[in-house]
Amino acid sequence: MNQKTEIPELGFTALIRFAWRQLTSMKTALILLMMMGLGAIPGSVIPQRSVNPIAVRDFFDAHPTLSAWYDRFSLFDVYSSPWFSAIYILLFISLIGCVLPRTIEHFHAMRAEPPITPRNLNRMEQFATWQSSEDSLEKATIWFKKNRFRVRREADSISAEKGYLRETGNLFFHLSLILILIGVSFGSLFGLRGEAIVNTGERFVNVPTSYDTLSLGKLTSDSDLSPFTITLDKFLGVYDPKTNIPKDYTAYVSVTDGGVKKKEVIKVNSPLTFGSTRVYLQANGYSPIVTVRNEDGSVAFQGPVTFLPQDGNLRSIGSIKVPDAQVPVGFVASFLPTYARSTDQGGVSIFPELLDPKLLFSIWSGDLGLDSGIPQSVYRMDTTNMKNLGLGSLKIGETFKYPGGSITLEGVIPWVNLQIVEDRGKGFALVGGISAILGLLASLYGRRRRIWIRVTDSQVEVAALSKNNAPGLEDEMKSLTEHLKG
Amino acid sequence: MNTTWAYISNYCVYSAMAIFTFSFLAHAFETAWAVRAPQNSDSSDESLLAKTFDYKRTERAARIATALMILGTAVLLAGIVFRGISAGHAPWSNMYEFSITGAFAFSIAYLAALRKYDLRWLGLFISFSVLLTLGTAITLLYRNSSPLVPALKSTWLVIHVTTAIICGGIFLLANVIAGAYLFLDRYEEVGARPVWALRIPSLEVLDQLSYRLIAFVFPLWTFSVIAGAIWAESAWGRYWGWDPKETWAFITWVAYAVYLHARVTVGWRGRRAAWLCIFAGSTFLFNYVYVNVWGTGKHTYSGLNK
Ligand code: HEM
Repeated sequence: MNQKTEIPELGFTALIRFAWRQLTSMKTALILLMMMGLGAIPGSVIPQRSVNPIAVRDFFDAHPTLSAWYDRFSLFDVYSSPWFSAIYILLFISLIGCVLPRTIEHFHAMRAEPPITPRNLNRMEQFATWQSSEDSLEKATIWFKKNRFRVRREADSISAEKGYLRETGNLFFHLSLILILIGVSFGSLFGLRGEAIVNTGERFVNVPTSYDTLSLGKLTSDSDLSPFTITLDKFLGVYDPKTNIPKDYTAYVSVTDGGVKKKEVIKVNSPLTFGSTRVYLQANGYSPIVTVRNEDGSVAFQGPVTFLPQDGNLRSIGSIKVPDAQVPVGFVASFLPTYARSTDQGGVSIFPELLDPKLLFSIWSGDLGLDSGIPQSVYRMDTTNMKNLGLGSLKIGETFKYPGGSITLEGVIPWVNLQIVEDRGKGFALVGGISAILGLLASLYGRRRRIWIRVTDSQVEVAALSKNNAPGLEDEMKSLTEHLKG
Repeated sequence: MNTTWAYISNYCVYSAMAIFTFSFLAHAFETAWAVRAPQNSDSSDESLLAKTFDYKRTERAARIATALMILGTAVLLAGIVFRGISAGHAPWSNMYEFSITGAFAFSIAYLAALRKYDLRWLGLFISFSVLLTLGTAITLLYRNSSPLVPALKSTWLVIHVTTAIICGGIFLLANVIAGAYLFLDRYEEVGARPVWALRIPSLEVLDQLSYRLIAFVFPLWTFSVIAGAIWAESAWGRYWGWDPKETWAFITWVAYAVYLHARVTVGWRGRRAAWLCIFAGSTFLFNYVYVNVWGTGKHTYSGLNK
């Protein structure tokens, strides 16, 4: 047996056309949609860098080999991974390729007359017939007009149609999905997202160097940052005295924007807006203000040091590094806004406000490792090459002396973490979302139906057909026949 | 925060449980008592239903069962409202509160659908599930009433959560109906339905009913997701962050979109559609249970993992 499979000779353009038709078929779109749903799953199970970088690091420590493989498939960055992007870009193209032609078609259909009355009306979903009367067609025309049907009048019949809103709504919905996708991609290409910790009294200037972390969209450049400054005048956190749960956070700020000075308030659910940039209150904590002196009394360091909260009562940890002291010294410290002792944990905080603040620390001297080139957390200190000089604790105004110097707790101020986000696409996404819902409603509840009437010498025939078996056609038929007979 | 109101709320929830128990018993009685012992084969042309089932005998029990269901739902609503008063905000800040509100949404969805369709056969199941949910909620998930953390104080959140809970009730109802479809389908394939299931509407009606429910709820779910995104934008600075909860809300949305397409454009009916419906509904349940309890996203406000 020598059978050759006949493969038709495909030219390049034919091939392209074939691929395009495949891609823009609804089946492909639905498969892509389903793949997007499935593809989203791993990101909800495996920790994501964008959501929880610390969990990712822990995962790497716990499962080194597995993590390497995960990383190879971008499973720690699912939603920005090449394969996930590929799915939604293909879906995007597929949607466009399938919805645009349908829109054009629909546009023509809407302006065309309804199709010719078919010959056999008695095969339709609804059918009625009775003795003819003269003016049935005229009466029917009136009824169709009143009910806003589009009609096609022929010699002995009328073909009427209504419910184009269903298809319009449907197209509107699918086009809105495209708009949402545009909004999302626009936002990530031209966007900006960063965070900055600002102490009370400090000023944040919107330039890249002011940020603690900053990620720019692929097509965003440094110079796109809008020029504003924010000074934190005061921060207020209110807590429930019984449960310690935060009730309200308010940051009072002074703002300059394009030379205009203003006083503003930022709350958790009400960000500050500068054009398409918004500033959110994300987190807060305390910065103890300390003075570190050398043995001779000269000041080696003075200022607020940001501490990182560890629990709901704002027990915070931090490190005070003074490499320029005559004896280079560092403090591994924890700060407790309302101090108490617990038998198993030592010093703890029992309330998030500054009721009885205390700074606990251990003192270390030696190489702080700041010049080693290895990036260090500002909140922690590597004490492997250092010598312990003892433990201490301070209330506000107190000074602690150690061999080689002294440290004073001058006061405590709150800090806030501002999140600064620029998203120029979200307006599109919102409009897309709203119009998607409207389109959906029209598409799901719209009823497309046709009604025909034919008058012959002896008989009137009325018939009706609805798409998708939508209910209500029967009532409409009844109304029409009553009108014709009455 | 007010403890007295919290206690009153708890009493309401306990009372609602008692009432639902009675409703469950009345439904059970209705079903059990309606079965007539088959009389010596007097095979007239009476239908099997009339011969072996006599709902006239239990009509009163059925009415009482439904009345109890309405009463229980009303008392549960009172419990939710008082919980809200005690906390000083809409009572949707932990899993206990989600659960009692979800149970409420489920029974309301049933009662609303009951006005339009003859669904009383579902009552036994509904009263039992509500009972189970409330029982789990008050024993395992209970948390003291507490004020809201600042991020949760938002009108959009209230809108988002309200609509999401309503959607949940309807998703579950659609799932139950699809489940009934599959169950009965197996019987009908080999012969007749069991006697007690004769009153349940035809497969075709069940199929249509679950579709109607989903077509009704899909726009609402879309709205709920968007309301959540608007809230997230004002609280966290991004309207969509692929947080596990958001991801699963999206997956649920996709699953139902696929369901609608399968029905409307491909013409799936019956068994395949029912399986798809159940799959889509399970993604919602999964989101509720898994992400609230074990998840790590920003959305884990269940109050369980503190
Ligand atoms: C190229 C891609 C797509 C095509 C050709 C397409 C086509 C259609 C068609 C023909 C209908 C039925 C309209 C009717 O009979 O009234 C429909 C309905 C619908 N589509 Fe799509 N669709 C596509 C992609 C999507 C996507 C990505 C979604 C996202 C969720 C979606 C969601 C819906 C919904 C919710 C309905 C309403 C179903 C109903 O009327 O019951 N579609 N689509």
